[in-house]
Amino acid sequence: MTNLTLTPALALGDDALVLSHRLGEWAGNAPVLEEEVALANIALDLLGQARILLSLAGDEDELAYLREERQFRNLQLVEQPNGDFAHTIARQLYFSVYQQLLFDHLATGGTELAPLAAKAVKETSYHRDHAEQWTLRLGDGTDESHTRMQRGLDALWRFTGELFEPVDGLDAPWAALHDEWTTRITALLERATLTLPQGPQRGAWTAGGGRQGLHTEPFGRMLAEMQHLHRSHPGASW
Amino acid sequence: MTTIAPEEPALEAVFDATVAADERIEPRDWMPDAYRSTLVRQIAQHAHSEIIGMQPEANWITRAPSLRRKAILMAKVQDEAGHGLYLYSAAETLGTSRDELLDKLHTGRQKYSSIFNYPTLTWADVGAIGWLVDGAAITNQVPLCRCSYGPYARAMVRICKEESFHQRQGYELLMALSRGTEAQHAMAQDAVNRWWWPSLMMFGPPDDESAHSAQSMAWKIKRHSNDELRQRFVDICVPQAEALGLTLPDPDLTWNEERGHFDFGPIDWAEFWDVLKGNGPCNEQRISRRRRAHEDGAWVREAAAAHAAKHGKADR
Repeated sequence: MTNLTLTPALALGDDALVLSHRLGEWAGNAPVLEEEVALANIALDLLGQARILLSLAGDEDELAYLREERQFRNLQLVEQPNGDFAHTIARQLYFSVYQQLLFDHLATGGTELAPLAAKAVKETSYHRDHAEQWTLRLGDGTDESHTRMQRGLDALWRFTGELFEPVDGLDAPWAALHDEWTTRITALLERATLTLPQGPQRGAWTAGGGRQGLHTEPFGRMLAEMQHLHRSHPGASW
Repeated sequence: MTTIAPEEPALEAVFDATVAADERIEPRDWMPDAYRSTLVRQIAQHAHSEIIGMQPEANWITRAPSLRRKAILMAKVQDEAGHGLYLYSAAETLGTSRDELLDKLHTGRQKYSSIFNYPTLTWADVGAIGWLVDGAAITNQVPLCRCSYGPYARAMVRICKEESFHQRQGYELLMALSRGTEAQHAMAQDAVNRWWWPSLMMFGPPDDESAHSAQSMAWKIKRHSNDELRQRFVDICVPQAEALGLTLPDPDLTWNEERGHFDFGPIDWAEFWDVLKGNGPCNEQRISRRRRAHEDGAWVREAAAAHAAKHGKADR
């Protein structure tokens, strides 16, 4: 457990694991029954991706339940608490557009991640569609939903720069992916009558933080909840 | 009775003949008002139970002890939301909207299964709910696949298939705990001790005290009596508990050669009525949480409606 290097499988697996967990927190709290089904569906897809990716890096349960916070390699974006539904949708939008672009690229490459990416990209395009449709509805819905959606987009903007920090061992045209991401997000927000956030996409402290094991305060609390039962019974099987 | 339109006796004869022939009543068919309202009440209560039932299990999603268990539990809770959707749709075929039914749930005018007013205190409770609560639900629901009302019967076919998966995952979860460490075994036994009696109460009051049973049996909405189904469930569970290496918390549980069934001890009906009246450990918590989710989501539903109105598209 101590010799964890930043393998691409670990970085991408942690993204999927942590976002899946956050979406799982919505169970029983969604604004409408159809969204109970949709959010759980996305969470399950991501958990499936996480299990495949983490298994490429080691034992899935050891990696999920026995690492300390500083050993997780996920983006800070995905660990951010759910907030209101608009905040969750903003996080889904930023992440799913990024993930689809990256997986599209990886699916055609010859790495060990290609088969997973080829399968996951279908799921991810559904996740992106879900986030886009809700961004349009909330942006161009009522005054209240517009305000909330804009607030969610603005609040999470400072975590988006990290999406395109190069990941060691992962060959991807990061700058071009970033440009494409910005083009897509800009066009969508315009259709949704929303404004592209103007602030910096990274803070002094957060540049590339998640990938180096540097996380935000809410993450430790999330892990405490996630890992507690497993760690309370060392060596037990479930 | 309400006033009878001139053609009603003839329509009622067709209805009676359809039920007698074990054929299905469909949404456009004529049906007695009382048949319609009985079905709406029963389907709504079932739908409400599915969505309230998400809460005690969702309580463990974020703490599931392995990724495999987490995936299974998330899928199960998602299925329950899906069952809620089919059932509210089945009720809509009887002319009652989902909004109307949710409003009745939120204001306490319609009930959900009392079993969900008990808390899930440990991980083993997820297993006990699958094995016992879903097991009891299946015993109740399999006969509903032959219910006289077509849309309900068809929804139940699909729901029962999924419930059967839920029951098996619960049994398998408890098996892993029972055969695991001492602490895991104790956790499983404690959960079974707490869930056994409330599960037996899921079949409803004894036959001689059941308010709606006789009419529902005549209409073939219900096929077996509460006590009959409860006995069937006990007979199934006893050997399963033995295979699990767990004991059922009833010293009176013995095989009765003459009856060909297991005898079991008296059920605490005072507790049943008390929980039903709202005094269970979680009644307040469950309904408050449901109301809060609904109220917190109001602006989202309004936004979706406003967007659809502006852009001339139906909401998804």
